[in-house]
Amino acid sequence: MENKVDYQRKPAQSPMETERTRNRKVYIPKADIIETGNAIVLYADMPGADEKSVDVTLEKNVLTITGAVKPQEQVGRSMFYAEYDVGDYERAFTISDEVDRNRIEAVVKNGVLKLTLYKAPQAEVRKITVRTE
Amino acid sequence: MFRPVLWRFGGAVDPLREMQRLRQEMNQVFSGLDHPLNEEFPPVNAWLGEGDIIITAELPGVDPGKVDISVVGDTLTISGSRETEPLKEGESYHRQERGHGRFTRSLQLPFHVEAGKVEAKYDRGILRMTLPRAEADKPRKISVKSE
Repeated sequence: MENKVDYQRKPAQSPMETERTRNRKVYIPKADIIETGNAIVLYADMPGADEKSVDVTLEKNVLTITGAVKPQEQVGRSMFYAEYDVGDYERAFTISDEVDRNRIEAVVKNGVLKLTLYKAPQAEVRKITVRTE
Repeated sequence: MFRPVLWRFGGAVDPLREMQRLRQEMNQVFSGLDHPLNEEFPPVNAWLGEGDIIITAELPGVDPGKVDISVVGDTLTISGSRETEPLKEGESYHRQERGHGRFTRSLQLPFHVEAGKVEAKYDRGILRMTLPRAEADKPRKISVKSE
C-alpha cells in the first residue's frame, strides 16, 4: 500500500497570499480556456499590458500570468469621471502534467494574452473506436 | 436606455449612481458570481482639460478597424463587436469569462464637440479619444467697459 500513487490533485497555492513590493492594485484578468485536440489555449484580457510587461511562469504545475500596466497620466487634464481603475494583472492556474513544458507559446495582441500550452505527445487525444461484436 | 450624463459626476457623488452600484453589488453577493452581469461595456474614464476632453475605454481584443466612433452634438457613441474564434470539431471550453458579441455605448459629454477634429487611437487594448470642444460652445469672456 505504501507504493500507492496519490492521484488526487492538490489545489494550487495562490501566490496572491504574499504581499507585493509595488503599491499598486492587482486585478484578476478574465480568461477563456479552450481545450483542443493537441493543446490547451488560454486567452486573458489584460488591457494596457504589452509583450514586454507580460510574464508567464510555470513552476511545478502552477501557471502564473502577470502583467504590469503603467498608469497613463493625461497632462494638463484632471480626472473627471472613472469607471475602471488601472492596475497590474495576476492570475494563477493549476495545470495538468500532460502539458509539454518546452512547448508553450505566448502572444500579446491588442491587450489580450494568448497562451498555447501544447500537450505532451503521449497525452494527445487518441480516438478509440468502439466496435460491436 | 440608461445613458450616463458625465457632467453630473463632476464633483459630488451622484446618489442615484451610488444606489445602483450598491444594488448591483448586493445582487452579486447573492448570485454567487464573480463579476457583475449588467456591467456596461466598454468601461470608460474621462479627463477634462481646458478645451477638450479625453475619453479612454478598455477594449481588449477588438479589431481597431471595426470600432465605430460617432459624435453628434454632445453625444459620443462607441460601437463595435468583439469576436471569439468559433470552436472547431473536438474543442471545448474549460471556462469562458470574457464577453463577446456586439456592443454599443453612448455617453453624454459636458459640452458640444468639434466632430471633425476628434482623434482616436487604439493601443494595447485601450481606445483613447481626444474630443475638442466646439468653437461655438466655448465660453466667451465679456469684458466690462466703464464709461
